[in-house]
Amino acid sequence: MVRTSASAPLRIVLAKIGLDGHDRGVKVVARALRDAGFEVIYTGLRQTPGMVVEAALQEDARVIGLSLHSGAHMTLIPAVLDELRRRQMSDVLVFAGGIIPPGDAAELRSLGVAEIFTPGTPLDSIVSWLRERQPALQGGDGGSSS
Amino acid sequence: MSRAEPTASELVLQGVRGLARAISRIEDGDRDLAMALARGRSRPRVVGFTGPPGSGKSTLLDALVTLLRGQGLRLALIAVDPSSPHTGGALLGDRIRLQRHAQDPGVYVRSLSARGHLGGLTAQSADVVRALGGFDFDLVLLETVGVGQSELEVAQLADTTVLVLAPGLGDSIQHLKSGVMEVADVICLNKADSALAPRALSELNSILRDAPDSLWHPPLVGTVASTGSGVAELWSAIERHRTHLAAGEGDRRGRERIQAEVLELVASWARSEARARLQEEPELLSGSDPRVIAARLLERLRPQAPREP
Repeated sequence: MVRTSASAPLRIVLAKIGLDGHDRGVKVVARALRDAGFEVIYTGLRQTPGMVVEAALQEDARVIGLSLHSGAHMTLIPAVLDELRRRQMSDVLVFAGGIIPPGDAAELRSLGVAEIFTPGTPLDSIVSWLRERQPALQGGDGGSSS
Repeated sequence: MSRAEPTASELVLQGVRGLARAISRIEDGDRDLAMALARGRSRPRVVGFTGPPGSGKSTLLDALVTLLRGQGLRLALIAVDPSSPHTGGALLGDRIRLQRHAQDPGVYVRSLSARGHLGGLTAQSADVVRALGGFDFDLVLLETVGVGQSELEVAQLADTTVLVLAPGLGDSIQHLKSGVMEVADVICLNKADSALAPRALSELNSILRDAPDSLWHPPLVGTVASTGSGVAELWSAIERHRTHLAAGEGDRRGRERIQAEVLELVASWARSEARARLQEEPELLSGSDPRVIAARLLERLRPQAPREP
């Protein structure tokens, strides 16, 4: 029961933004990330970019995962990135998932989205992608305490 | 990597960001930070909410936050969810029910994983409350894991403990054997518009009627959190309990709270020292009577007990 490891669990906000009720995928990802040892804060449906960023701030999350199946990704995801910049939180890692065509994905990457996982991505590859980035994300303030 | 961590006063100047970071550091065991944040500040009032999963705790808190924001209180809501016993991961979902207050600067919401701690809270809950005092919150609403039968720890930390029940989630014997009825200061039957509610209310009333005599009789309030019905009555019951505390009971609870935390600190110090000593000197484990070995070990540890910080 005693946690002896120096590294704290990575905290991840998962959110559905905009008018989009398709939450099956995000729930599957939420569970996989929990089972992989991460602390997942799921905010539920119909979030605004402002709500998502506020949740990441209050929860001290190092990662935001956005799920979109509505087609509004080219509006809503950049709005989240803008809000993060406005609040000096650009060090928060943003990834996205859902129905996002390759052309749009390339543009979102160039805007600062770290990775895009489309339907069919094995859950393990999302987990290992996050694990690779965990040390860098927690290396700044507050990560390990030993 | 070796960047100096911000001090307590620097964190306070950063506002919400500083508070969020402070709580993470406290979760990772930074006790000194909690003490530094609390220094010279009064402890915020803590109202704890416990009860089985699905009784509507989060929805009730959402309705209560709406009511209290109308009174101008700055409040923090700390919601604890369970962690996976296998991987330590957690899925924290209490924010889903608190959407209405997502961007209200007068409300801070933090979801915490129990991180393997049993009892309904996290091992650092008392320090998290201290930290919130350092950031000038008037009131902390604390929501427990909600496992049903053993989340009694909240009563040690909260000034007022509210037990939230719902009709159809177990009969009166379950409430009695869990001991949770004994630690509750206020009892709330949520989903009071359900067809099963009248029976649940009469069962609860009879349990309360048969309770041993005491100065405080826990009131029973029916609520429908989804519509807000009964929430004002619930809050006035909590306020009546505050008045009761002010008449002397509060001081006694304060002493008990400190004693509980001291015992916890002593036990955790002794456990980690004993473990280290046994690793250095495995021969101390010789013999078959655990009590004899423990006494021998404690004798060895005594001279190394920590001095005052």
